[in-house]
Amino acid sequence: MDILKLIGVVIVIVGFALKFDTLATVVLAGLATGLVAGMSPLEILETLGKSFVSQRTATLFVLTLPAIGICERYGLKEKAIDFIRTFKNATSGRVIWIYEAIRTLAAAFSVRLGGHPQFVRPVVVPMSEGAAAAKYGELTDEMTDTIRGAAAGSENYGNFYAQNCFMASSGTALIVSTLTEQGHEVSAMDIARWSIPIAVISVIVGFVRTVIVDKKLDKLAAERSTK
Amino acid sequence: MTFSQILSEVFFTLIGIVFALVGLKAVKDPGAQKKATTAAFWFVLAFTFIFGNWVPKWIIGLCVVVLAVLSGIKGVVQSASDVPDPTSVREQADKFGYKIFIPALVLALSSVVFATLGSKVPALSWMTSNNAICLGGLCALITVLCMTKADPKYIVADGTRLMDNVGVTGILPQVLSALGTLFTAAGVGTVISKGVSAIIPEGNKLIACAVYCIAMALFTIIMGNGFAAFSVITVGIGIPFLISQGANPIVVGALGLTAGYCGTLCTPMAANFNIMPAALLEVKNKYAIIKSQVPVALCMLVIHIILMYLFAF
Repeated sequence: MDILKLIGVVIVIVGFALKFDTLATVVLAGLATGLVAGMSPLEILETLGKSFVSQRTATLFVLTLPAIGICERYGLKEKAIDFIRTFKNATSGRVIWIYEAIRTLAAAFSVRLGGHPQFVRPVVVPMSEGAAAAKYGELTDEMTDTIRGAAAGSENYGNFYAQNCFMASSGTALIVSTLTEQGHEVSAMDIARWSIPIAVISVIVGFVRTVIVDKKLDKLAAERSTK
Repeated sequence: MTFSQILSEVFFTLIGIVFALVGLKAVKDPGAQKKATTAAFWFVLAFTFIFGNWVPKWIIGLCVVVLAVLSGIKGVVQSASDVPDPTSVREQADKFGYKIFIPALVLALSSVVFATLGSKVPALSWMTSNNAICLGGLCALITVLCMTKADPKYIVADGTRLMDNVGVTGILPQVLSALGTLFTAAGVGTVISKGVSAIIPEGNKLIACAVYCIAMALFTIIMGNGFAAFSVITVGIGIPFLISQGANPIVVGALGLTAGYCGTLCTPMAANFNIMPAALLEVKNKYAIIKSQVPVALCMLVIHIILMYLFAF
């Protein structure tokens, strides 16, 4: 029965969808797949162990942590916040876009800015809402939701689309080790280089989107005053 | 063993030591929860990194199963770290200013320089991409220590603090590539590709790119995790329908994972990116973030398909 071999895929889907422990789900899927394919337990452990050892390269990011950690101790995040605060005259959408650009650069250089709790909520949202309040007066719930949704999104775009530009990022490591294990030699530098176009494009798409956000806020403000 | 391999083993040993130190941090923390299982996790992981190359591989396989069990019983938690005091961080930020970004630039750029030298100069071929990453990490560390004159004890304090923050998920890429290997050994890729070959007309490269990118996004939407989707979909679709048909594996791989992230932007399954921030930002509509992200995600997905079609072949 060929279809039985998909048991591992089913375990991964169900396990991730139901939020079971990630590591346990993945290893269980591997063991189950090996068993239905008729491998002996020892063969399965051998295959698992061999691949785990040869793919230790996927975890090289650990050696970049001490330098980043010490930078944080000396104000890395604080200076990033200081930098975005210099744009206090930008429009609501523009503030969000500037943050996306900063977040993209930071992700490409593996600088942790702290994401939604440490940067978007305390810095980006107040600045963006401040700009909107200065232009439109009091904001409706729909306007704040628009601003906050867009601000949260900018964090995700920068984070997702740019992280692989860093050679030691976990995404790059995953791509390299998956392809290498399947017999296609690629290097972390190749993957990092080919991740640049999408990072640049995402910032351009982000710019267009924040222009639309500003337009939408204009429209919502106009609707509010006619009511 | 070549010099390059010896150097890699040295780096893996250093990483193993970092893991062991995270375990030791848990042991020494008087207030630590689940101390025994947490320490066991990090020590077993350290063992696989330091001795992995020298012991029979089934022992490492068994270690991976032990790690999975410890993680599965929720036995691995963070222990107390030496967290920098916000007031002193602010003082240091004012003192060093934007110069504090220099070590971060050194980290990324020196790796690129080392890897380029390694691929261009035959005498430096031991500087593989992987060794270059580690050398970059060391260069950045030396830069930040020279600049800040920080006490070297922070190498351990901050290294283990961040490693503990990353936690179990840090080894996910490594375990997922092992899963990919088992899938291939068992022939899972062949089963999926048989099913998919029904939708992809023989030799139609554009449709093959589209199916791969859309499948990455869809699987990510279902699972909430692009990494897991990548190992399944690349083995099942990416390799048989693109790479084996002559597509450049670099382009397929690099764009494949970010195509999956287009799915991450659309799914409540990725709660830590889309739902928890909505609560944190006190948005009235719980799905406001996803609503705002869907148009961008669709637009980016189309761009992924076009770029892959243009550059992979």
